[in-house]
Amino acid sequence: MSEQIKKFMYLNRRAPYGTIYAWESLEVVLIGAAFDQDVSLAFLDDGVFQLVKGQDTAEVDMKNFSPTYQALGDYDVTKLFVEKESLEERGLTLDDLMPLTYEDEDDDWAEKDSIKVVSRAELADIMEEQDVMFSF
Amino acid sequence: MAIEANGKTFETDEEGYLTNLGEWEPAVAEVMAAEDDLELTSEHWEIINFLREYYEEYQIAPAVRVLTKAVGKKLGKEKGNSKYLYALFPYGPGKQACRFAGLPKPTGCI
Repeated sequence: MSEQIKKFMYLNRRAPYGTIYAWESLEVVLIGAAFDQDVSLAFLDDGVFQLVKGQDTAEVDMKNFSPTYQALGDYDVTKLFVEKESLEERGLTLDDLMPLTYEDEDDDWAEKDSIKVVSRAELADIMEEQDVMFSF
Repeated sequence: MAIEANGKTFETDEEGYLTNLGEWEPAVAEVMAAEDDLELTSEHWEIINFLREYYEEYQIAPAVRVLTKAVGKKLGKEKGNSKYLYALFPYGPGKQACRFAGLPKPTGCI
């Protein structure tokens, strides 16, 4: 059985709480990670808030699932693209985001950053390369 | 569904996972294991406690291949393999051990 590896991209465009989209997206990513595809995540628009550090959901009565993003590396999901313009429009920088890392199996388990800030134009090019896109 | 442990009733879902993670206590694991004809040893507890710590840190129950890798890193290579983990938890280290640990069914378990 010859199965081709496809490029899957999950687009995250909404704020983490208030709707279920962000958490559902993360669950689909973790479940889909079992299929050994080439997976990447993109965070743009209000989706960039999903990665902001120091989230506290006590007042909104929703589970704070932001620690789960730290597990993505264990699931071999290591490409998280964050759109630069979306960060800037919201007064955020890379320093406001959780540091997310993975261990590179092919480089003596060196710890590397998963998050990569890219411009809108660069992200458009990356989207162009995808076989499958899921938008949340 | 529900199970009885330590004189208390614990609600479970249709697959036997605890409905309320916060209610968990070690007696729950003992009762669940007895129902599966298993007696929990310190080796079982090492994995159950590991899973609870993993959940505490990441808010998810890890898929079995992720668990295997993480156990290998934390507890040593001789424990971070399917053979060792399946010997302890014959119904699957992800599903069965997570159930004993009071966690939901693993995310990414298919």
